[in-house]
Amino acid sequence: MATTRILEGLGRLYIWLLLAFLYLPIIIMALMSFNVSPFYQLPFEWTTEWYAALWQNDQLIAATWNSIEIAVITTLICTVLGSAASLALYRYDFRGKKFLQALLFPPIAIPWLITGTAMLIFFFGVGIGRGLFAILLGHVALALPYVIVVVSARLQTFAPELEEAARSLGANQWQVTSRVTLPWIMPGVIAGGLFAFAVSFDQFVVSYFLSTPGQTTLPVEIYAAIRKGFTPEINAVSTIIIVVSMALMLLTARFFKFGGEK
Amino acid sequence: MAGVQVSNVSRSFGAHKALDDVSIDFADGGFYALLGPSGSGKTTLLRQIAGFDFPDSGRIAIGGESVERVPVEKRRIGMVFQNYALFPNMSVADNVAFGLSVRGEPKATTATEVQRALDLVQLSKLGGRRPHQLSGGQRQRVALARAIVTKPRVLLLDEPLGALDKALRVDMQIELKRIQREIGITTIFVTHDQEEALTMSDRIGILRDGRLVQEGPPEEIYDRPQSEFAATFLGDANIFRGDATGDGIRLSDGTAIAAGAGAKLTAGARASCAVRPERIQISTGAGRSDAGGANVLNGQVSKRIFAGSNSTYFVDRDGQTLKVIIQNTGAERLAEGQDVVLRWSPESTVLIAAV
Repeated sequence: MATTRILEGLGRLYIWLLLAFLYLPIIIMALMSFNVSPFYQLPFEWTTEWYAALWQNDQLIAATWNSIEIAVITTLICTVLGSAASLALYRYDFRGKKFLQALLFPPIAIPWLITGTAMLIFFFGVGIGRGLFAILLGHVALALPYVIVVVSARLQTFAPELEEAARSLGANQWQVTSRVTLPWIMPGVIAGGLFAFAVSFDQFVVSYFLSTPGQTTLPVEIYAAIRKGFTPEINAVSTIIIVVSMALMLLTARFFKFGGEK
Repeated sequence: MAGVQVSNVSRSFGAHKALDDVSIDFADGGFYALLGPSGSGKTTLLRQIAGFDFPDSGRIAIGGESVERVPVEKRRIGMVFQNYALFPNMSVADNVAFGLSVRGEPKATTATEVQRALDLVQLSKLGGRRPHQLSGGQRQRVALARAIVTKPRVLLLDEPLGALDKALRVDMQIELKRIQREIGITTIFVTHDQEEALTMSDRIGILRDGRLVQEGPPEEIYDRPQSEFAATFLGDANIFRGDATGDGIRLSDGTAIAAGAGAKLTAGARASCAVRPERIQISTGAGRSDAGGANVLNGQVSKRIFAGSNSTYFVDRDGQTLKVIIQNTGAERLAEGQDVVLRWSPESTVLIAAV
């Protein structure tokens, strides 16, 4: 009994250490965004001046909106295209299907630096050039494999008889998909969408290559700002983003249980 | 409601002939079993009738209308799947309502019809449950209610009782039969369980290697099998092989076996005789050709299996082991190793042409 109690205690300690490792830097950053000193100096003095300053920083705000816009559009495009592609790969057998499926994985493993360089050269070659549209195209290409992989994994747990049963009851292809197949894979679609959003919103390397001074995203703008000299506005904008994205994640997790059966 | 005619249907998958020139006529309102071992083509045939797959050649008609190129969603059939295939994201009532709702039936009539179907399968109160909250037998009933609520022309069942345990299976057999009678729907039922086929169906079609071996009422197939395969697959049978005589066969040791039923064969052709184990009488004492014209064989009991209401004796005779089932009437039991005489009438013997 004593040993199990010790093991339990160690287990609990481990969890707390893990959580501290994950969240401590974030919490400190969030706290510092409310500190008067721009140089992380203590004692802590409460202020919201950095948030006020952020409000005046048009460049940072514009970049934030760019990031959100690109991430949302990327998510929409990738979930629709990715889910449709997963369904096609699940339902139909065609020549070269295995090859196509195998080709979906390397983009996940290729370093973004290389993908970014390749895209920059390619977009210049075909005349798209740099800018927000190029960034959007790049993000869609990066995020699409994630959605297909996640949705396909979910489809593996789908019983094909369900589609047959729906058809035997008179449902056409659209009714089968919208009323039987999609509800089943929805947790996978949502998870894939979150991946796509995260890949796009966190994206620095590819965005950096494809952005121009006026048309840039938040991570690139933060990087540029830090190079010029760190200001606590960065802490402030980061804190806002963390709060919003965590709320989003928690809400999603609340409504969709990922992985297993309900 | 409608009958189903399958005429000269063939279907191959690559080099494998899953169905080879199969013709069966399923009359309106009948209960049919398609019986066969796995790989015999019975499920393939059911899928052709359902419309999940199309035949390479041949014709399928439902209610006199050619449907062999009509996809499943337009055939107006009802199907029950082996694993029930209930929609996990819907309640029981929504599952049953699905077929009506995709057809755009008004909500009010849908609700009435769904309730009527749930009443029929005795699940009136479970409409609000989710499939995963139901037992196997209840899921089976929901699947059945869902399949019949749309008033299909024909009901197709793919090993519907396979996943249930023995006691529940017998209950569901009776239940299924009752519901089928009540609505009078043409029902085609795939099974590999011969007992299920015998007890439930009006007619049985036995399939083997994609071919229809024999088709007819259960009694007819049991009493008059036309092949060794039909004789041994539907029930147990003792098979004797020899040369055809006018009214039976002669075994290699010269023993004649008289057959009162079965094929008419020209003398000298290779042939078999089939005898059901329960038709053979077993007794001690010396065996002689019977004055009454019965078939008589001598043998030795090699094994006895007591099963309560009856006993099965395995009797060795000239290198062959025969099976005899005797009702437990309280009479003296025979010991293993005992010499016995087997007697059965020619009427119980079916002559079968060798393949």
